[in-house]
Amino acid sequence: MSGQFPAENIGHGQPGHAPRPGEPAQPSAFAFDGESESLITGILAKYPEGKQASAVIPLLYVVQKQLGRETGSAWVPRVAMDVVAARLGMPPIRVYEVATFYLMFNTKPVGRYHLQVCTTTPCWLRGSDEVTRACREATGIRHWGETSEDGLFTMTEVECLGACANAPILQVNDDYYEDLDAGRTVELIQALRRGEPPAPGPTIDRFGSMPQGGRTTLLDVPDGEGPPPAHPATVEA
Amino acid sequence: MLSDKDRIFTNIYGQNDWRLAGARARGDWDGTAAILAKGRDAIVNEMKASGLRGRGGAGFPTGLKWSFMPKVSDGRPSYLVINGDESEPGTCKDREILRNEPHKLIESALIASFAMGAHTAYIYIRGEYYRVAQRLQVAIDEAYEAGLIGRNACGSGWDFDFHIHSGAGAYICGEETALLESLEGKKGMPRMKPPFPAAMGLYGCPTTVNNVESIAVASTILRRGASWFAGLGRPNNVGTKLMSIAGHVNRPCVVEEELGTPMREIIERHAGGVRGGWDNLKAVIPGGCSVPILPAATCATVLMDFDSLRAERSGLGTAGMIVMDKSTDVIAAIARFAKFFKHESCGQCTPCREGTGWMMRMMARMVEGRAEVEEIDMLDQVTRQVEGHTICALGDASAWPIQGLIRHFRPEMEERIAAYKARHGRAGLAPTPENLPVAAE
Repeated sequence: MSGQFPAENIGHGQPGHAPRPGEPAQPSAFAFDGESESLITGILAKYPEGKQASAVIPLLYVVQKQLGRETGSAWVPRVAMDVVAARLGMPPIRVYEVATFYLMFNTKPVGRYHLQVCTTTPCWLRGSDEVTRACREATGIRHWGETSEDGLFTMTEVECLGACANAPILQVNDDYYEDLDAGRTVELIQALRRGEPPAPGPTIDRFGSMPQGGRTTLLDVPDGEGPPPAHPATVEA
Repeated sequence: MLSDKDRIFTNIYGQNDWRLAGARARGDWDGTAAILAKGRDAIVNEMKASGLRGRGGAGFPTGLKWSFMPKVSDGRPSYLVINGDESEPGTCKDREILRNEPHKLIESALIASFAMGAHTAYIYIRGEYYRVAQRLQVAIDEAYEAGLIGRNACGSGWDFDFHIHSGAGAYICGEETALLESLEGKKGMPRMKPPFPAAMGLYGCPTTVNNVESIAVASTILRRGASWFAGLGRPNNVGTKLMSIAGHVNRPCVVEEELGTPMREIIERHAGGVRGGWDNLKAVIPGGCSVPILPAATCATVLMDFDSLRAERSGLGTAGMIVMDKSTDVIAAIARFAKFFKHESCGQCTPCREGTGWMMRMMARMVEGRAEVEEIDMLDQVTRQVEGHTICALGDASAWPIQGLIRHFRPEMEERIAAYKARHGRAGLAPTPENLPVAAE
């Protein structure tokens, strides 16, 4: 993890100070909204008395989601880290440490659609280079970590997403799009640009991690009384 | 070949209802109170007798691990922590349990917690599995509402709470003590052992950390009996295992198979065979990227279990197979893992922090062939200076893929170097480009 985030991303982002070159403009204030507050109540109840520091990762997620709702860019500004620290009774540095250690916290603004391309070997073997190229061409982004000029897309190279039997994978915000190739990646990005995210999951005729063409096991097990076997990823919580 | 009646995960593809009603129809939550009524010791002994070995990679006997927990509390609570951080490249089995068999996991977590004297279990799920965690939360809420967990769980008199804690994108948090640090709200940096988590784990309290699959099979083992489970597979390698087949196969998939099944049979029967036929196989990494690669000749005969793979100087790991056909640049494939480990090193121990970067840069040169043949030995030697010299196993894991590459594909590395020299003249090492970064990252 070390070295993934330049220190200046948070080091000089004091609220009210002018950003240095290459550093995002930091908002000067942050407050949790009602939706966030109700989430926080549930989160804090999970941990024992006096151990509320455990809630630092969940609260940083709450911040990132709220920023996404408010601004269309899901990230964690420095001032929000201070708010989290105050809420949990932690020194701010402990929150900065966590926010910069874990890859999923964006310490800079990102586009509305965060394209997280898995390029680890299992995806690479099945064509993640093509997916990467398609993302670049369809968004105009040239380098990892950049945001497209229209502010819609940010491309991040990520390590194994843990869905290797459905490689290659592209994670867009919270959803996995699986079994991709260049053409289907471009179609996906065009759909996102129209504001019509397709149902997540495999992009080929396939059901979850079942072998394409049908399962080789559990043939004696009848399909039960439950809901019809809709695509697993489309059954929303 | 495992018959369907011996499969534990009968909804592994989510082809049926994953909710409580569907789970009950498949036999989950059936007589849970009766299992708990057998008592702690009986449950732990049954798990020991089943011969279940941990499904997260290390293969430590699960029942034995449970027995390390204190029998009598000294005032501190005990915890069960379930490791759902599944981040090992090539591994995608726990995701299927979490999203398609959540009730099997929750019920087993109740039984396991009871057997260890824990009233609270946390499951640490990798942050990227956001949708999966959402679904598990629905299942947890169902279980609370039905009185299956919570106060007086299943009418057993045992109080049990089950909470999800999401990670945020750090492979290292799959290491059990790093996971505990992360759960406590810190950076995921592994702890020195001892003390082991069973003595001082989460919040300094006795804790057992188990993989999702190790826990999820417990309810079925206790329902069907240790001897049923122990009768599957081979001695010391018993039971069934979720396996995934990724890479150059015709139909990648996740499947539950018996331990000790030949690798070739699994690939051909369930994954539609190697792309271009078995003879087009170059190598398989049998259990997630941390275990050494096996060449095709070995893959033709090796059995998928702990001891067979260990005998070939590899390992079962998570049983997440990564298949590579003859078109694969195997040096580049392993170089990508070197980059992975460099990215995921927490930076705490010097051999790993510096070594993973060094190995990554060296492997990048090996991919080009821009190296000397003697440097292959140097690379091998450096991997051995990282291996065994770090707090956690990430150092070992970063070394083994490269050692496996050198062991089985050294001629290919030498050819690459020779080809580079042929292109650029034979006068020693080609000059290093001016802009090549050489300092630590």
